[in-house]
Amino acid sequence: MTGPENATELVRHAPGAHAGGAALLGGTTTPTQDFLRGIWEENPVLVQMLGLCPALAVTNTVANSLAMGLATFFVLTGSSLLVSTFKNLIPKEVRIASFILIIATFVTIADMTLAAVVPEIHKALGAFIALIVVNCMILGRQEAFASKRPIGRALLDAVGTGFGFIIAMVMMGSIRELLGNGSLLGYSVFGPSFEPWIIMILPPGGFLTLGIILLAFGWWRGRKAAEVPRVRRWPHGVASRRAA
Amino acid sequence: MSAGADRRRRRGRKLPIAPESGGPDGANGLNGPNDDGEAPARPVEPDVSEGSPPATEPEALAEAEALAAAEAGAAAGERPADPEAAAPGLSAKEVPSWRLILTLAAAGAMAGLAIVLVFGWAEPKIEAHRAAALRAAIQEVLGGPERYETLFVVDGSLTAALPAALPASVDSTALDRIYAGYAADGSQMGFAIAGEQPGYQDIVGLIFGYDAESGELLGMKVLESKETPGLGDKIEKDSAFVSSFRGVVPLIEGVKAGAGTGSEHEVDMITGATISSRTVIEIINKRMESIGPMIQVYTAEPREAPAAVSAEAGG
Repeated sequence: MTGPENATELVRHAPGAHAGGAALLGGTTTPTQDFLRGIWEENPVLVQMLGLCPALAVTNTVANSLAMGLATFFVLTGSSLLVSTFKNLIPKEVRIASFILIIATFVTIADMTLAAVVPEIHKALGAFIALIVVNCMILGRQEAFASKRPIGRALLDAVGTGFGFIIAMVMMGSIRELLGNGSLLGYSVFGPSFEPWIIMILPPGGFLTLGIILLAFGWWRGRKAAEVPRVRRWPHGVASRRAA
Repeated sequence: MSAGADRRRRRGRKLPIAPESGGPDGANGLNGPNDDGEAPARPVEPDVSEGSPPATEPEALAEAEALAAAEAGAAAGERPADPEAAAPGLSAKEVPSWRLILTLAAAGAMAGLAIVLVFGWAEPKIEAHRAAALRAAIQEVLGGPERYETLFVVDGSLTAALPAALPASVDSTALDRIYAGYAADGSQMGFAIAGEQPGYQDIVGLIFGYDAESGELLGMKVLESKETPGLGDKIEKDSAFVSSFRGVVPLIEGVKAGAGTGSEHEVDMITGATISSRTVIEIINKRMESIGPMIQVYTAEPREAPAAVSAEAGG
């Protein structure tokens, strides 16, 4: 990594990469940017392509998606807060282990809370609650952001990213439940004459839905970049070339 | 050790200009460019993979660096130290091992404390949900008994009260058990028997009611299953399949839908969910084979309908 050329190269070839890259190469960000970035522009699932395992596995209904999103939101926010608070006390050598320990604690708390409060949803989410520990989106935010920024910024970033994750999850869940079961949040939408597309609530449906959403998202972003070539939303070179 | 190595390397580099300057600030000199500062463009993946062996790595690195520095020194200091290699070394800001251990131990202790506190709050609730689910299932498969009591399987026979002198090897909470339901007038309504077995995806757990007098099943309810949505999960969601167990006399025989001979042992299997429906039938048959004879012995024994004790046992 010697200069911006290299970074741009990397960004262009790896769609998810510019998320971390742009922020860090751009240097300073405003608090608003920290908050908004994760929600849409660098949405963890739709742009960074992190946390795909739960996004594919448990989005077969809106309720499951929402519960998973909220649990992840809770873990992400709590971990970012703690990591940012204790960042100066954690030696570099054991930082990953410490982050994982903090994350795992929040996951266990979320797991037990869900089991105690909403046992039905906890049953439906199964092993995926415990697997939030290894959601690379959460560890990624700790390593790339929370461990280097003040507490307020880390919190904003975590809340924004968490919201972005919830949005992506609910988007997936709505499409899959609507087509696969003909309902939304359990309420029938299409009526009894609708023949549900069973495949949409099976694992292949997750891949199909995610693929179509990413396609639409990529198309939308490309169009947006072509419309306003002067706004350097993407690193230089990309937008202007698309416009040409 | 590493500080010494750094000093040696520094001196090698700076020898032509100021041979003595490496002395006092030698240990700190490398800290400047090594600050956390800005990470490389893709910080996530490489760092995650590097993090697995947390404690031993820096020491190994320091060792290697010292060796490399010694070699450089032996080569008469001709080769200038590579700034790239010197900058990101983890050993530059040496942290003693006890601090690493202390950090993780303190974090672990705090995590443990937090989890214990939440567990203390959540466990009774979780247990209550589990008991409520079981209670509701027993009510359902026995057709709404006034009360029920738990019967334990001890030495191949059923007993309502655990013998006081249980062998130490027997864990009373792990004992196999069934539930006997009674109507308001104290008459026997049937027995609720739970069982489980691997299905198509994961363990299928269910409970069924058995009427010892008529020898018929009273009903079946799936307690736990992760069968394929839309196909295998019909074993719990297809009301026609679930209700078809009522009135069947075990041992059950699964037949293709519409191909039955009208025998009282037959249950129509679900098209497209052969394994799941066979699992349900097998669970019931296996449990009936082992528990059925015990129930016959138990009901043959003359006994008074349990009164006060059972209310507590049923709770």
